[in-house]
Amino acid sequence: MESPFRSEAAAFRLLLVTIGAFALIVAASWIAPWLGLLTVLVLTGGAVWLYLRQRPPAAPPQTIDHVGAPDDRRVLVIANETVGGEELMSAISELALGGKTDFYVVCPALNSRLKTWTSDEDPARAEAQRRLDATLSRLASVGIEARGEVGDVDPLVAIEDGVRSFRPDEIVVSTHPEGRSNWLERGVVGAVRERFDVPVTHVVVDLETHEATP
Amino acid sequence: MTSHAEAMHEHHGPPEANRSSRVDPRVLGMFLFIASEAMLFGSFFTAYFFVRVVNPDAPAEWPPEPFHFPVFVAGVNTAILVTSSFTMHWALQSIKRGERKAFLAGMILTFTMGLAFLMTQVVEYLNVGFNTSDGAFASVFFGLTGLHGAHVAVGLTLLGIVIVRGFRGHYSPEHHHGVELPGIYWHFVDIMWIVVYSAVYLI
Repeated sequence: MESPFRSEAAAFRLLLVTIGAFALIVAASWIAPWLGLLTVLVLTGGAVWLYLRQRPPAAPPQTIDHVGAPDDRRVLVIANETVGGEELMSAISELALGGKTDFYVVCPALNSRLKTWTSDEDPARAEAQRRLDATLSRLASVGIEARGEVGDVDPLVAIEDGVRSFRPDEIVVSTHPEGRSNWLERGVVGAVRERFDVPVTHVVVDLETHEATP
Repeated sequence: MTSHAEAMHEHHGPPEANRSSRVDPRVLGMFLFIASEAMLFGSFFTAYFFVRVVNPDAPAEWPPEPFHFPVFVAGVNTAILVTSSFTMHWALQSIKRGERKAFLAGMILTFTMGLAFLMTQVVEYLNVGFNTSDGAFASVFFGLTGLHGAHVAVGLTLLGIVIVRGFRGHYSPEHHHGVELPGIYWHFVDIMWIVVYSAVYLI
Protein backbone atom coordinates (compact mmCIF):
# COMPACT_ATOMS: atom_id res chain seq x y z
CA MET A 1 0.00 0.00 0.00
CA GLU A 2 1.24 3.45 -0.81
CA SER A 3 1.13 6.40 1.52
CA PRO A 4 -0.99 9.30 0.23
CA PHE A 5 1.78 11.48 1.67
CA ARG A 6 4.65 9.75 -0.15
CA SER A 7 5.32 12.88 -2.21
CA GLU A 8 4.21 16.47 -2.54
CA ALA A 9 2.26 15.64 -5.70
CA ALA A 10 0.44 12.78 -3.96
CA ALA A 11 -0.40 15.01 -0.98
CA PHE A 12 -1.68 17.69 -3.37
CA ARG A 13 -3.93 15.15 -5.08
CA LEU A 14 -5.24 14.09 -1.68
CA LEU A 15 -6.02 17.73 -0.91
CA LEU A 16 -8.10 18.01 -4.10
CA VAL A 17 -9.93 14.78 -3.27
CA THR A 18 -10.56 16.03 0.28
CA ILE A 19 -12.06 19.29 -1.02
CA GLY A 20 -14.42 17.35 -3.30
CA ALA A 21 -15.37 14.86 -0.60
CA PHE A 22 -16.12 17.48 2.02
CA ALA A 23 -18.09 19.59 -0.44
CA LEU A 24 -20.32 16.54 -0.92
CA ILE A 25 -20.56 15.89 2.84
CA VAL A 26 -21.46 19.49 3.65
CA ALA A 27 -24.06 19.63 0.85
CA ALA A 28 -25.62 16.36 2.00
CA SER A 29 -25.65 17.52 5.63
CA TRP A 30 -27.48 20.70 4.66
CA ILE A 31 -30.17 18.59 2.97
CA ALA A 32 -30.51 16.24 5.95
CA PRO A 33 -28.14 15.30 8.79
CA TRP A 34 -28.63 11.55 8.22
CA LEU A 35 -27.75 12.03 4.54
CA GLY A 36 -24.52 13.73 5.57
CA LEU A 37 -23.65 10.83 7.86
CA LEU A 38 -24.45 8.37 5.08
CA THR A 39 -22.18 10.30 2.70
CA VAL A 40 -19.36 10.18 5.25
CA LEU A 41 -19.75 6.41 5.62
CA VAL A 42 -19.93 5.78 1.86
CA LEU A 43 -16.94 7.99 1.07
CA THR A 44 -14.90 6.53 3.93
CA GLY A 45 -15.71 2.98 2.81
CA GLY A 46 -14.85 3.85 -0.79
CA ALA A 47 -11.56 5.45 0.23
CA VAL A 48 -10.54 2.46 2.35
CA TRP A 49 -11.48 0.08 -0.49
CA LEU A 50 -9.46 2.04 -3.05
CA TYR A 51 -6.51 2.32 -0.70
CA LEU A 52 -6.41 -1.40 0.03
CA ARG A 53 -6.71 -2.54 -3.57
CA GLN A 54 -3.97 -0.33 -4.99
CA ARG A 55 -0.62 -1.92 -5.83
CA PRO A 56 2.56 0.06 -5.48
CA PRO A 57 4.82 0.30 -8.54
CA ALA A 58 7.37 -2.48 -8.63
CA ALA A 59 10.75 -1.51 -7.24
CA PRO A 60 13.73 -1.90 -9.62
CA PRO A 61 15.48 -5.27 -9.31
CA GLN A 62 18.16 -5.39 -6.66
CA THR A 63 21.66 -5.81 -8.06
CA ILE A 64 23.75 -8.43 -6.27
CA ASP A 65 27.50 -7.98 -6.69
CA HIS A 66 29.53 -11.12 -7.29
CA VAL A 67 31.70 -12.11 -4.34
CA GLY A 68 34.76 -14.38 -4.62
CA ALA A 69 36.83 -15.60 -7.55
CA PRO A 70 35.35 -14.99 -11.01
CA ASP A 71 34.76 -18.71 -11.61
CA ASP A 72 33.13 -19.36 -8.24
CA ARG A 73 29.38 -19.62 -8.09
CA ARG A 74 27.25 -19.00 -5.08
CA VAL A 75 23.77 -20.50 -4.96
CA LEU A 76 21.13 -19.61 -2.40
CA VAL A 77 18.55 -22.37 -1.89
CA ILE A 78 15.28 -21.63 -0.17
CA ALA A 79 12.93 -24.47 0.66
CA ASN A 80 10.17 -25.29 3.13
CA GLU A 81 9.12 -28.89 3.83
CA THR A 82 10.45 -29.74 0.39
CA VAL A 83 14.03 -29.16 1.49
CA GLY A 84 14.96 -32.84 1.40
CA GLY A 85 12.98 -33.65 -1.77
CA GLU A 86 14.49 -35.71 -4.57
CA GLU A 87 13.90 -33.07 -7.24
CA LEU A 88 15.70 -30.44 -5.17
CA MET A 89 18.62 -32.76 -4.43
CA SER A 90 18.92 -33.50 -8.16
CA ALA A 91 18.87 -29.80 -9.00
CA ILE A 92 21.59 -29.05 -6.44
CA SER A 93 23.70 -31.97 -7.66
CA GLU A 94 23.37 -30.74 -11.22
CA LEU A 95 24.48 -27.24 -10.22
CA ALA A 96 27.40 -28.69 -8.27
CA LEU A 97 28.68 -30.38 -11.43
CA GLY A 98 29.10 -27.01 -13.12
CA GLY A 99 32.27 -26.05 -11.21
CA LYS A 100 33.16 -24.69 -7.79
CA THR A 101 29.84 -23.85 -6.24
CA ASP A 102 29.00 -22.69 -2.73
CA PHE A 103 25.53 -23.54 -1.52
CA TYR A 104 23.63 -21.72 1.19
CA VAL A 105 20.37 -23.34 2.26
CA VAL A 106 17.70 -21.26 3.97
CA CYS A 107 14.82 -23.02 5.72
CA PRO A 108 12.09 -20.60 6.80
CA ALA A 109 10.67 -21.32 10.24
CA LEU A 110 7.17 -22.16 9.03
CA ASN A 111 4.62 -21.09 11.59
CA SER A 112 1.00 -20.06 11.90
CA ARG A 113 0.18 -16.36 11.97
CA LEU A 114 -1.23 -16.59 15.47
CA LYS A 115 1.93 -18.24 16.78
CA THR A 116 4.10 -15.71 14.95
CA TRP A 117 2.17 -12.79 16.42
CA THR A 118 2.46 -14.27 19.91
CA SER A 119 6.19 -14.98 19.43
CA ASP A 120 5.62 -18.71 19.83
CA GLU A 121 8.35 -19.55 17.33
CA ASP A 122 10.64 -21.97 19.15
CA PRO A 123 8.99 -25.21 17.92
CA ALA A 124 8.88 -23.90 14.33
CA ARG A 125 12.53 -22.89 14.41
CA ALA A 126 13.53 -26.22 15.95
CA GLU A 127 11.66 -28.09 13.23
CA ALA A 128 13.26 -25.93 10.51
CA GLN A 129 16.68 -26.51 12.05
CA ARG A 130 16.05 -30.26 12.04
CA ARG A 131 15.14 -30.18 8.34
CA LEU A 132 18.15 -28.02 7.57
CA ASP A 133 20.58 -30.31 9.44
CA ALA A 134 19.20 -33.38 7.70
CA THR A 135 19.55 -31.75 4.29
CA LEU A 136 23.09 -30.50 4.90
CA SER A 137 24.08 -34.00 6.08
CA ARG A 138 22.56 -35.56 3.00
CA LEU A 139 24.37 -33.11 0.72
CA ALA A 140 27.64 -33.78 2.56
CA SER A 141 27.15 -37.52 2.08
CA VAL A 142 27.25 -37.03 -1.70
CA GLY A 143 30.22 -34.70 -1.51
CA ILE A 144 28.48 -31.34 -1.69
CA GLU A 145 29.61 -28.80 0.85
CA ALA A 146 26.83 -26.51 1.97
CA ARG A 147 25.98 -24.16 4.78
CA GLY A 148 22.64 -22.87 5.89
CA GLU A 149 20.42 -21.09 8.36
CA VAL A 150 16.89 -20.99 9.63
CA GLY A 151 15.09 -18.04 8.06
CA ASP A 152 12.14 -15.79 8.73
CA VAL A 153 8.65 -17.21 8.47
CA ASP A 154 8.05 -14.96 5.44
CA PRO A 155 9.96 -16.56 2.53
CA LEU A 156 10.67 -13.21 0.88
CA VAL A 157 12.14 -11.76 4.06
CA ALA A 158 14.13 -14.98 4.55
CA ILE A 159 15.51 -14.64 1.02
CA GLU A 160 16.32 -10.95 1.51
CA ASP A 161 18.25 -11.81 4.66
CA GLY A 162 20.02 -14.67 2.88
CA VAL A 163 20.91 -12.43 -0.06
CA ARG A 164 22.31 -9.76 2.23
CA SER A 165 24.60 -12.14 4.09
CA PHE A 166 25.50 -14.61 1.29
CA ARG A 167 25.41 -12.51 -1.93
CA PRO A 168 24.38 -15.32 -4.29
CA ASP A 169 24.84 -15.53 -8.07
CA GLU A 170 21.75 -17.67 -8.38
CA ILE A 171 18.66 -18.42 -6.31
CA VAL A 172 16.84 -21.76 -6.20
CA VAL A 173 13.29 -21.73 -4.82
CA SER A 174 11.78 -25.10 -3.96
CA THR A 175 8.01 -25.40 -3.60
CA HIS A 176 5.21 -27.91 -3.54
CA PRO A 177 3.34 -28.41 -6.86
CA GLU A 178 0.75 -25.89 -8.04
CA GLY A 179 -2.46 -26.23 -6.07
CA ARG A 180 -0.72 -27.44 -2.91
CA SER A 181 1.83 -24.67 -2.59
CA ASN A 182 1.09 -21.72 -0.38
CA TRP A 183 4.20 -19.95 -1.71
CA LEU A 184 3.04 -20.29 -5.33
CA GLU A 185 -0.39 -19.00 -4.38
CA ARG A 186 1.28 -15.94 -2.85
CA GLY A 187 3.46 -15.43 -5.93
CA VAL A 188 6.73 -15.88 -4.08
CA VAL A 189 8.67 -17.14 -7.12
CA GLY A 190 7.51 -14.23 -9.28
CA ALA A 191 8.32 -11.76 -6.52
CA VAL A 192 11.86 -13.15 -6.17
CA ARG A 193 12.39 -12.81 -9.94
CA GLU A 194 11.18 -9.19 -9.77
CA ARG A 195 13.36 -8.27 -6.82
CA PHE A 196 16.74 -9.70 -7.79
CA ASP A 197 18.68 -9.50 -11.02
CA VAL A 198 20.17 -13.00 -10.69
CA PRO A 199 18.87 -16.22 -12.29
CA VAL A 200 16.06 -17.78 -10.28
CA THR A 201 15.36 -21.49 -10.66
CA HIS A 202 12.03 -22.87 -9.51
CA VAL A 203 12.11 -26.51 -8.44
CA VAL A 204 8.83 -28.31 -7.83
CA VAL A 205 9.01 -31.14 -5.29
CA ASP A 206 6.05 -33.52 -5.14
CA LEU A 207 6.41 -35.15 -1.73
CA GLU A 208 3.06 -36.95 -1.97
CA THR A 209 4.12 -38.83 -5.11
CA HIS A 210 7.36 -39.91 -3.46
CA GLU A 211 5.53 -41.06 -0.34
CA ALA A 212 3.03 -43.02 -2.43
CA THR A 213 5.83 -44.70 -4.43
CA PRO A 214 6.83 -48.01 -2.76
CA MET B 1 37.29 -9.61 -5.68
CA THR B 2 34.77 -7.03 -6.65
CA SER B 3 34.94 -3.44 -5.57
CA HIS B 4 31.83 -3.91 -3.48
CA ALA B 5 33.35 -6.83 -1.60
CA GLU B 6 36.53 -4.81 -1.04
CA ALA B 7 34.50 -1.93 0.26
CA MET B 8 32.73 -4.29 2.66
CA HIS B 9 36.07 -5.55 4.02
CA GLU B 10 37.38 -1.98 4.50
CA HIS B 11 34.25 -0.96 6.38
CA HIS B 12 34.96 -0.36 10.08
CA GLY B 13 31.76 1.25 11.29
CA PRO B 14 28.63 -0.41 12.54
CA PRO B 15 27.05 -2.93 10.16
CA GLU B 16 24.70 -1.65 7.52
CA ALA B 17 21.12 -1.68 8.74
CA ASN B 18 19.17 -4.65 7.48
CA ARG B 19 16.29 -3.28 5.45
CA SER B 20 14.73 -6.53 4.33
CA SER B 21 11.28 -5.17 5.14
CA ARG B 22 11.78 -2.87 2.09
CA VAL B 23 10.02 0.00 3.82
CA ASP B 24 11.80 3.20 2.88
CA PRO B 25 12.88 5.01 6.06
CA ARG B 26 11.50 8.34 4.79
CA VAL B 27 8.15 6.75 3.96
CA LEU B 28 8.09 5.04 7.34
CA GLY B 29 8.90 8.34 9.02
CA MET B 30 6.08 10.08 7.17
CA PHE B 31 3.69 7.25 8.07
CA LEU B 32 4.57 7.59 11.75
CA PHE B 33 4.28 11.36 11.59
CA ILE B 34 0.88 11.24 9.91
CA ALA B 35 -0.28 8.60 12.39
CA SER B 36 0.72 10.78 15.34
CA GLU B 37 -0.94 13.83 13.78
CA ALA B 38 -4.11 11.86 13.07
CA MET B 39 -4.23 10.81 16.72
CA LEU B 40 -3.64 14.38 17.89
CA PHE B 41 -6.39 15.86 15.73
CA GLY B 42 -8.53 12.79 16.42
CA SER B 43 -8.48 13.51 20.15
CA PHE B 44 -9.64 17.08 19.54
CA PHE B 45 -12.37 15.92 17.15
CA THR B 46 -13.50 13.38 19.73
CA ALA B 47 -13.96 16.21 22.21
CA TYR B 48 -15.81 18.21 19.55
CA PHE B 49 -18.24 15.42 18.70
CA PHE B 50 -18.77 14.66 22.38
CA VAL B 51 -19.67 18.25 23.12
CA ARG B 52 -21.90 18.57 20.07
CA VAL B 53 -23.49 15.11 19.69
CA VAL B 54 -22.96 12.71 22.59
CA ASN B 55 -23.42 15.19 25.42
CA PRO B 56 -27.07 15.02 26.68
CA ASP B 57 -26.92 18.76 27.31
CA ALA B 58 -25.68 19.47 23.80
CA PRO B 59 -27.10 22.72 22.44
CA ALA B 60 -29.80 22.36 19.78
CA GLU B 61 -28.14 25.09 17.76
CA TRP B 62 -24.47 25.17 16.81
CA PRO B 63 -23.07 27.45 18.00
CA PRO B 64 -25.55 27.97 20.86
CA GLU B 65 -27.48 31.21 20.83
CA PRO B 66 -26.58 34.08 20.97
CA PHE B 67 -23.14 33.27 19.51
CA HIS B 68 -22.25 33.08 15.83
CA PHE B 69 -19.25 31.85 13.91
CA PRO B 70 -17.87 34.17 11.21
CA VAL B 71 -18.59 31.61 8.48
CA PHE B 72 -18.01 33.99 5.56
CA VAL B 73 -14.69 35.33 6.81
CA ALA B 74 -13.54 31.80 7.60
CA GLY B 75 -14.68 30.77 4.13
CA VAL B 76 -12.54 33.45 2.52
CA ASN B 77 -9.70 32.35 4.78
CA THR B 78 -10.23 28.78 3.61
CA ALA B 79 -10.01 29.89 -0.01
CA ILE B 80 -6.73 31.68 0.78
CA LEU B 81 -5.26 28.59 2.42
CA VAL B 82 -6.37 26.25 -0.36
CA THR B 83 -4.91 28.64 -2.95
CA SER B 84 -1.62 28.56 -1.07
CA SER B 85 -1.46 24.81 -1.70
CA PHE B 86 -1.74 25.48 -5.43
CA THR B 87 1.13 27.98 -5.28
CA MET B 88 3.16 25.51 -3.19
CA HIS B 89 2.61 22.87 -5.86
CA TRP B 90 3.57 25.39 -8.56
CA ALA B 91 6.75 26.31 -6.67
CA LEU B 92 7.88 22.69 -6.42
CA GLN B 93 7.09 21.98 -10.06
CA SER B 94 9.06 25.10 -10.99
CA ILE B 95 12.22 24.08 -9.15
CA LYS B 96 11.92 20.62 -10.69
CA ARG B 97 12.02 22.33 -14.10
CA GLY B 98 14.89 24.57 -13.01
CA GLU B 99 12.79 27.76 -13.08
CA ARG B 100 14.22 29.47 -10.03
CA LYS B 101 12.29 32.75 -10.30
CA ALA B 102 8.96 30.95 -10.53
CA PHE B 103 9.98 28.75 -7.62
CA LEU B 104 10.80 31.74 -5.42
CA ALA B 105 7.63 33.56 -6.50
CA GLY B 106 5.57 30.48 -5.65
CA MET B 107 7.19 30.12 -2.25
CA ILE B 108 6.71 33.80 -1.38
CA LEU B 109 3.07 33.67 -2.46
CA THR B 110 2.54 30.53 -0.39
CA PHE B 111 4.16 32.09 2.64
CA THR B 112 2.20 35.33 2.24
CA MET B 113 -1.11 33.53 1.97
CA GLY B 114 -0.26 31.33 4.95
CA LEU B 115 0.60 34.42 6.96
CA ALA B 116 -2.63 36.11 5.83
CA PHE B 117 -4.58 33.06 6.98
CA LEU B 118 -2.94 33.14 10.39
CA MET B 119 -3.41 36.89 10.82
CA THR B 120 -7.06 36.63 9.78
CA GLN B 121 -7.51 33.90 12.37
CA VAL B 122 -6.04 36.13 15.05
CA VAL B 123 -8.39 38.95 14.04
CA GLU B 124 -11.27 36.46 14.05
CA TYR B 125 -10.40 35.40 17.61
CA LEU B 126 -10.39 39.02 18.74
CA ASN B 127 -13.80 39.71 17.21
CA VAL B 128 -15.63 36.40 17.51
CA GLY B 129 -17.61 37.61 20.53
CA PHE B 130 -16.98 34.74 22.93
CA ASN B 131 -14.10 33.30 24.89
CA THR B 132 -13.05 29.93 26.28
CA SER B 133 -14.98 30.65 29.48
CA ASP B 134 -18.28 30.85 27.58
CA GLY B 135 -18.88 27.11 27.46
CA ALA B 136 -17.58 23.82 26.18
CA PHE B 137 -18.43 24.73 22.59
CA ALA B 138 -16.09 27.74 22.83
CA SER B 139 -13.30 25.61 24.30
CA VAL B 140 -13.70 23.10 21.50
CA PHE B 141 -13.78 25.88 18.89
CA PHE B 142 -10.61 27.52 20.14
CA GLY B 143 -8.97 24.16 20.76
CA LEU B 144 -9.53 22.82 17.24
CA THR B 145 -8.86 26.01 15.33
CA GLY B 146 -5.96 26.90 17.63
CA LEU B 147 -4.37 23.47 17.15
CA HIS B 148 -4.62 23.99 13.41
CA GLY B 149 -3.26 27.52 13.72
CA ALA B 150 -0.23 26.15 15.57
CA HIS B 151 0.34 23.77 12.65
CA VAL B 152 0.12 26.69 10.22
CA ALA B 153 2.73 28.54 12.30
CA VAL B 154 5.06 25.54 12.12
CA GLY B 155 4.41 25.31 8.37
CA LEU B 156 5.24 29.00 7.93
CA THR B 157 8.53 28.44 9.74
CA LEU B 158 9.37 25.62 7.34
CA LEU B 159 8.34 27.71 4.34
CA GLY B 160 10.43 30.61 5.63
CA ILE B 161 13.49 28.36 5.81
CA VAL B 162 12.85 27.18 2.24
CA ILE B 163 12.59 30.79 1.03
CA VAL B 164 15.82 31.84 2.75
CA ARG B 165 17.64 28.82 1.38
CA GLY B 166 16.10 29.45 -2.03
CA PHE B 167 17.44 33.01 -2.13
CA ARG B 168 20.86 31.69 -1.12
CA GLY B 169 20.89 29.51 -4.22
CA HIS B 170 19.94 26.20 -2.67
CA TYR B 171 17.81 23.58 -4.46
CA SER B 172 17.97 22.45 -8.05
CA PRO B 173 16.03 20.13 -10.38
CA GLU B 174 18.09 17.25 -8.95
CA HIS B 175 18.04 18.31 -5.28
CA HIS B 176 14.73 19.63 -4.02
CA HIS B 177 13.95 17.30 -1.13
CA GLY B 178 14.05 20.29 1.22
CA VAL B 179 11.10 21.77 -0.70
CA GLU B 180 9.21 18.52 -1.11
CA LEU B 181 8.87 17.70 2.60
CA PRO B 182 7.59 21.14 3.69
CA GLY B 183 5.22 20.89 0.70
CA ILE B 184 3.81 17.60 1.98
CA TYR B 185 3.40 19.14 5.43
CA TRP B 186 1.69 22.22 4.01
CA HIS B 187 -0.83 20.12 2.06
CA PHE B 188 -1.48 18.08 5.19
CA VAL B 189 -2.21 21.28 7.14
CA ASP B 190 -4.61 22.37 4.37
CA ILE B 191 -6.38 19.01 4.39
CA MET B 192 -6.87 19.25 8.13
CA TRP B 193 -8.30 22.75 7.75
CA ILE B 194 -10.85 21.49 5.20
CA VAL B 195 -11.98 18.97 7.82
CA VAL B 196 -12.00 21.52 10.66
CA TYR B 197 -13.82 24.18 8.64
CA SER B 198 -16.44 21.74 7.38
CA ALA B 199 -17.08 20.17 10.79
CA VAL B 200 -16.97 23.29 12.97
CA TYR B 201 -18.28 26.09 10.75
CA LEU B 202 -20.47 24.51 8.07
CA ILE B 203 -22.17 21.39 9.37
